[in-house]
Parts: sequence; structure tokens; C-alpha cells
Amino acid sequence: MKATVEAKKFTGTRGQVRRKRIELSGAAIIGLLLVVWLGANLIKAPTQFAQVTVLGLRNGLLYALIALGYTLVYGIIELINFAHGDLFMLGALFSSYFITIWFHQENSNLAGWVTFLLALIAAMLFCGTINVLIERLAYRKLRRAPKLAPLITAVGMSFLLQFIGIKWNGSTPRQWPTVIPHGEYVWFGVIISQVTIILILVAAPLLTLLTFVVNKTKRGKAMRATAQDQDAARLMGIDVNKTISFTFAIGGALAGAAGLLYQQSVGTTNYNLGFQLGLIAFTSAVLGGIGNLNGAVLGALLIGVVQGLNDGLPIALGQRWSQTVVFTILILILVLKPAGLLGKATTEKV
Amino acid sequence: MAVSSQRKWATGYLIAVVLLFITYQFLFPWDGLPMGIYDFLQLWLPPMAVNESLVYVICALGLNIVVGYAGLLDLGYVAFWAIGGYCAGWFMSEFFYMVNLHFFGSVAKVAPGIHVNFWGVLLIGGLVCAFFGILIGAPTLRLKSDYLAIVTLGFGEIIPQVFFNGDDIGGFNLSNGTKGITILDPIPAGIKNIGPFDFGYKFIIFVFLAFVMIFISLRLRKGRLGRAWLAIREDELAASMMGVPLMQTKLAAYAVGAFAGGLGGVAFATHVDGVYAERFNFSISIFLLAMVVLGGMGNVWGVILGALLLSWINSTGLPAFGQTFNNRFGTEINFPSFTFLLFGLVLILMMLYKREGLIPESRLRLILHEGDVEEDLSAKESK
Repeated sequence: MKATVEAKKFTGTRGQVRRKRIELSGAAIIGLLLVVWLGANLIKAPTQFAQVTVLGLRNGLLYALIALGYTLVYGIIELINFAHGDLFMLGALFSSYFITIWFHQENSNLAGWVTFLLALIAAMLFCGTINVLIERLAYRKLRRAPKLAPLITAVGMSFLLQFIGIKWNGSTPRQWPTVIPHGEYVWFGVIISQVTIILILVAAPLLTLLTFVVNKTKRGKAMRATAQDQDAARLMGIDVNKTISFTFAIGGALAGAAGLLYQQSVGTTNYNLGFQLGLIAFTSAVLGGIGNLNGAVLGALLIGVVQGLNDGLPIALGQRWSQTVVFTILILILVLKPAGLLGKATTEKV
Repeated sequence: MAVSSQRKWATGYLIAVVLLFITYQFLFPWDGLPMGIYDFLQLWLPPMAVNESLVYVICALGLNIVVGYAGLLDLGYVAFWAIGGYCAGWFMSEFFYMVNLHFFGSVAKVAPGIHVNFWGVLLIGGLVCAFFGILIGAPTLRLKSDYLAIVTLGFGEIIPQVFFNGDDIGGFNLSNGTKGITILDPIPAGIKNIGPFDFGYKFIIFVFLAFVMIFISLRLRKGRLGRAWLAIREDELAASMMGVPLMQTKLAAYAVGAFAGGLGGVAFATHVDGVYAERFNFSISIFLLAMVVLGGMGNVWGVILGALLLSWINSTGLPAFGQTFNNRFGTEINFPSFTFLLFGLVLILMMLYKREGLIPESRLRLILHEGDVEEDLSAKESK
């Protein structure tokens, strides 16, 4: 009798154990399929593999800048800011107007470079200001309202920004001249364009700066405190409203930078650009664990690579299924591991 | 009080329906109708727009069950619309010409393709959608509400893209891609078959479907399931403590909502006499959401009003107003392009200033303004 009543180590309730099992087996199946798929492609076309990976990383960097905006805002007020993608679109439009129409720069020369840098600052200021205004006018009033209300407001805001996009850009895609060089370097048969290098040169410092601000400065500390507990933060003398505004400003600024980089590297703008890229960026943020800054960057790079591989590899679904692949990843993650790759598992607060 | 006001609404709608039917079935084609009235009707209230708005009513009522009753935000409702539409395309046309299957169809037996009776297709479309609703809901409904919104949004993006790219799925033509499936069977309705241009009779059918949805919505709400939905919407934790099975109840909301989406999809397919993949885009999901929000989440009559109003503005009101305005003042403003502004503003302003909608549901008003008192207090403190 006594032998059967042996104390087992507690590993969670039956439901938790079952969930863990589902998660693990799901991850194993997906991992196996991924390995087979990547292996087959690697053997078949190694150079192409490297090539699309580079392209994917480049797109991933762009997604990272947008994804950070989602993750920052979600981290602090638990709101999925649907309008963020459209803010990025406005940033792209602003940059094109700034460089081409207001400053008449069409070639890659010294004047072009100076305008590019000016446009970077201007676009960041522009989008940051708009994001702060959106928060001030629409979201702040709804901060204590039931979740559904700010979410619907954010969707409405997204439509409002798209309307501005239609009026500003026109309802069809628009081509723009670019001021950054479009040359290429070949390295072991892999083409690395100058655009990629510029993208890295602009995005990497921004990401480092952001990490510094959030982790080392007093403002960053206030942000983290507000994210943890608004009321406690207020009691500690933190101006919660100002901190949230600051967060929106940073998120907006990053979206503005992404807008400029996108517009300069791709050269086309469209009013519904923000919707698609915003969703991809949001997926990245969720993949990495929403609310986690490193997670957003990691998720964005992964999504970029997966998308690049799917679009460019010989054995793949191809570009026309690109969106479907990304959203399938999103749904799988939310089903299997809602906390994301780097996020901490949280139970719903009660 | 509640009963008498409902009866008032119902009588009002019935009178409106009869008047509209008489107008379009008998008055509209009548030669003696003064040209001025004819032009006015053709510009401001064409029969096509009336029927379309009824399709929106059906779908908005379905979305109302998910969003208004159960409080789950669904941003991918267009997926159900698309699935319903393609059910009509598959089972009511000559699209699958390689087979010859008839089931009380309304065309000659020799015609190739699958021809199922319209009423049967309605059922199929609804059930297939309900199945997909459960399929997408089962793994995701335990997520937090905003995650759920995103999953539905992703689903709403994937399904139309599958149909869009569906002309070559492993060599099989599932949906005819961008060309879509055209020319559906006429609707068999006892004495005669209703073709694509019988607006008057089709109006009656759509009204009937809308009535079915209204009936379902009202009855469900009064019953055990409806009360469970409201309980979940108001406080999930309390509801589960009181013994409401959360998953089953939420899934039921999803299934019923999706069923309505399927009905709407089939109805829309017969309305435009075909299904086209590019018509099923995200803005339709938002459009429907705006209808529910504008009218009043959870209130059937409000949602109907919101659906009729917004769909009329979108299909007729705005273009007609634009045309009149431009003719009158000699301007060339593109009014239909303002729809984005309109929907955006409706969502934002309603949420900021009148969260309970035009015709509020009393219970919901209390919940939606829960935080306001605290906000006032903190505002006073800071002064």
C-alpha cells in the first residue's frame, strides 16, 4: 500500500501538463518540417539560399523598426495600436515628399545624402508627433474603459490615417526617385546591395539607442515602471501621462525612420502599405513575445527570413502565398505559445 | 415596456418592407410614374442598394452575436462571408463542369456542374461557416481578447487569399482565382425561379433571411445561451464561477455568428450573381464592425439601423450626394473616396463619446462607462 502513495514531483495541473505536451509535440512537428524544407532547399540551391536569407534579413530589419512600436505601446498600455502600420505609411509618404518634392533631390550625391539625413530626422519628428497626438486625442480618454473600446478606436484611427494616405498619395501606387545608391557588391556569389548596408547603418544605431534609452536612462526606468503598474508608478512620483506620451513618441519616431528607409529602398508608396507591413510587423512582435524589445527584433528578423525563403527558394509556396505564410505563423504561435519566443508566460490578471 | 417597444419596431419594419416592395415591384416599372420621382428613386434609393443593405443587415446581426452579445472582437468576419459566397459558387453553378450533380436544383438536369437548391445551399454555406468558426475558435478562444482579435484578423486575411490564389492549388482549380465564379442558378421559390434581375422578389427573400436572423438573435438572447453570453461579456471570471462553461459558450457564439456570415455570403453571391475574390477584403470586416458599433452593440434594432444607414451611405448616399453637390456647385470632389474617413470617424467618435451606440442597450451602457467615474476622480485630484 505504502509504495503506491509515493509522492510525485508536482509538475502542474493535468491541464497544464496536457498543454505542455501539445506545445512540445506541435513545436517538434513544425521544427522537423522546417528542417526538411530548409535542408532540401540548401542542397538544391545553396547560393540562392544565402541570397534570399540576406534579402530576408534586410526586410526583417525594417519590420523590426515597426514591430518595436507595437511592442513598446503594448508593453505600456496593453493596447494593440492598429494605427501604427499606417503611421509608418505616412512616414514613407512624408519622406518622399520631403526629399523629392520639397527639396528636389533625385540623385545620389552629397546634396542627396544631406537631404536623406535631414529627412530621417524630420520623418522621425513627424511620426513621433502624430503618434503622441493620436494618443492624446483618442486613446488617453479610453485608458480605463473596457478593452474593446480602445481597440475599436485604434481600428478607426487606422482608417483615418489611411484616408490621409489616399488623399496625399492618391489611390494608386506611386513611384519615387531615390537618393541612396543602388549599387551591388558580390561576395562568394551572393549579391549584397548598398541599400542593405545603408539600412543596417541606419537601423542598428537606432536600435542600440532605443535599448540604451529604455534600459539606462531615468525615462526608461519610468517607462518600465509604468508598464508594470501604472498606479504604483504614479505613487512613486512618475508622471504616467508624460511617460506614455514619451513611449508613443519613440514608437512613432521608429516608424518614421522605417518609413523613410522603406521608401528609399523600394521606391514605391501606396496608401494601404501600412496595413500589410503593419500586420507583418505585429506578427513579428507577437512571435518574439509582445512587450519584449529584444523579442520584437528577433521575431522581425525571423519573419523577414522566413518570408524571404518562402518568396525566393525553388521549393516553396512562392510570393503569392507570402501573406498566408506569415499569418499562419501568427496563428500557430498564438495557439502553441502565446507568450512568444522570448516573452514570459503570464496568466491573465484577475 | 420592452415588449411594446419591440412590437413597435417590428410593425415599423413590416410597413417599410411592404411599402418598398410595392414601390419597386409595381410602381417602379409602371409607365405612369412621373419621371421626376423615377429619377429621384434611381439616384437616391435604387433597388440594388436596398437589397445590398439587407445582405449587410444579415451579416451585421451575425457579427452582433459575436461582438455585441459575447463581447469577443472579431476582425476577420469577411472570411465567413467569402466561404459562404464560394459555397454558393461551387454548389449553384456550372463551375465544377466535370461532374453532373443535381439536388432539387433549379436548372435543367442536363446542365453540367453541381446544382443544389438555393435553400439547401444556404444551409450548407451556414454550416460550413459554423464549422470554420469552431475550427478557428477552438484553439484561440482561451487567448486574451486582443489576441483573439488578431487571430481572427489573420484568418480573415488568409481565407480570401486562398480563394484569390485558388485557381491552382496543386493543379486543381478551386476558386477560379481573380476571375471568380459567375452566373449562379436562379433561386427556386415555389411558383417561379428568381433570376439575378428580379430585384423585387429577391428583396422578399432577403427580407425573409433578415427576419430569420432577427428572430434567432432575439430568441437566443432571451434564452439560457444568450444570458450566458451576456454574463461572459460583462465579467468572464464571475460567469465561470457561476457555472457558465466558458469555452462552449464562446464557441457557440462563434458558430452562430459564422452561420449568419455564411447566410450573408450566399445571399451576397446571389445578389451580385457571382463571387469575386478581390471583393472580400479587410474593409468589409471593419465596415460590418462599424455598423454594429454605430447602431449599438448588443441591440438588434440598433444594429439593423446601423447596417441600413452605413450600407446606404456607402453604396448610394455618398455617391448620390457627391453627384448632386458637384452638379449644383460645379465642383469635382470625389465623394466616394471619403468612405475611409467616414468609417474611421464613426468608430473613433462613437467610442469616445457614445460607446453604447445610437440605440443603446441599457445593460451595455453601464459596463462601457464603468471606468468613467474613476477617471473623473483622478482628474479632480490632479487639479
